Amino acid sequence: MIEIKNVSKRFGDKEILNDISAIMETGKTNLIIGASGSGKTVLQKCMVGLFEVDSGEIIFDERSLTAMQEEDRKELRQQIGMLFQGSALFDSMTVQQNVKFPLDMFTRWTNAQKIERVNDVLERVNLQGTNNKYPAEISGGMKKRVGIARAIVLKPKYLFCDEPNSGLDPQTSILIDKLIHEITIENNITTVINTHDMNSVMEIGENILYLYHGKKEWEGTNKEIIFSKHEKLNEFIFASEFLRDAKNMRVLEERGIIDTDKNIDQLLKEGGTDTGS
Amino acid sequence: MKIFSTIGGYLLMIKGMLTKPENLKMYWKELMHQSVEIGIGSLGIVAIISVFMGAVSAVQTSYQLTTPILPKETIAYIVRDTVILEFAPTLVCIVLAGVIGSKIAGELGNMRVSEQIDALEIMGINSKSYLVMPKIVAALITIPILVVLAMVLGIYGGRLAGSMGNIIPTEIYDRGLVESFIPKNVWFGLSKAYTFAFIISSVSSYYGYNVKGGSLEIGRASTTAVITSCILILFADYILAFFLL
Repeated sequence: MIEIKNVSKRFGDKEILNDISAIMETGKTNLIIGASGSGKTVLQKCMVGLFEVDSGEIIFDERSLTAMQEEDRKELRQQIGMLFQGSALFDSMTVQQNVKFPLDMFTRWTNAQKIERVNDVLERVNLQGTNNKYPAEISGGMKKRVGIARAIVLKPKYLFCDEPNSGLDPQTSILIDKLIHEITIENNITTVINTHDMNSVMEIGENILYLYHGKKEWEGTNKEIIFSKHEKLNEFIFASEFLRDAKNMRVLEERGIIDTDKNIDQLLKEGGTDTGS
Repeated sequence: MKIFSTIGGYLLMIKGMLTKPENLKMYWKELMHQSVEIGIGSLGIVAIISVFMGAVSAVQTSYQLTTPILPKETIAYIVRDTVILEFAPTLVCIVLAGVIGSKIAGELGNMRVSEQIDALEIMGINSKSYLVMPKIVAALITIPILVVLAMVLGIYGGRLAGSMGNIIPTEIYDRGLVESFIPKNVWFGLSKAYTFAFIISSVSSYYGYNVKGGSLEIGRASTTAVITSCILILFADYILAFFLL
């Protein structure tokens, strides 16, 4: 579990984060959402120690990051895996070398053991056979999966993802979301995802923190979002008419007014529209 | 005031890289990789510059040496000392500031912009130590070797030009080479080489490591690194000559 306690951060005169408190729960995909410039990335970078907070605390399972010495921070960082927005793969290394890099740095395993672990995680992210390819030779979705593989190769306790779906098509986005969610549950880790992808919010948002101009505006789950009357949140999530209609349909479904898919198909047939399902 | 923050940032980077390596084997691997990139990668250009530098030096010295009072051996003597004292360390290092300096600044700048440096930090690796220190150490190992090579090739270039241009026969050139040879000059040349190697690698690393922005800023950082390195090399050249000779 990661606890954020009254965290504030400014750059020069500009206040980026203002007194944010939240809990990121273990075994769940915790999402930080908000418009561009709301402070999501700065908050996440404060959480991993890339930025120092101006006030407040970040606590990793009762260990305060803000109060730690450099040596203890280094040790904590070895329990953190991070997937960056651009994947941040090392260009001069192959996929195998990229994923093996944390093992080379922090373990005394034999080469055979390291290769076995690399192959295991590459299989987990469905990238078997790509070991000798360079980052420039693989697609965006594959790069993200290599990034995930590298982030989990040391079996971290905490996984951070900065806009993991950015630049991906909808189908690949859903694959990445599913993968992150499964890894979180399988390994019972604390996952924190920065995103403004609404599919991610509705599909895997088990604990959602909504930021607005550096302040925490709302906190809840993906189910609670549907019923929320929070104006700013609704304007952000359900920005388009299509999504607002979808939300309304979901509300009706949750309340049992629209029962099942069969019910919807029936209604559509009566209306003269064939869903083809 | 910006110059003070730049100097401060540079000194903090140097201080920050002096930590215990997380894994000595990996650092050694990176050091070897950088040594090949910096040393072997610059071999061709250093060889070409040195030979021509010595050749031009011989031709121009011969052109200026119009009086018959001075023996022909003087050409070799002048080429030797000019190459050892100035051309090999300074001229070659100014070229290397462009070749190696821009490469280092560009590489680190690209890593900064694409968050690879952040990825290293998140993994618990001191990125200054892992990325910058091997570059500086590799430069301190390979650049003096390149300068010595430049000295040898420069002197040989003068010999070649002398014989091919009928300026000075090789026997007379070889006699002139050993005349009034001061070994201290070689040490002076090497002291310049070590100083300039540190300047080139550390200044370029600083500008690359601290890039903020996108590809335009990487280009700017690269250019600034080269210009700053060249100016500091010339300044250090004068200081070393003033105090050591």
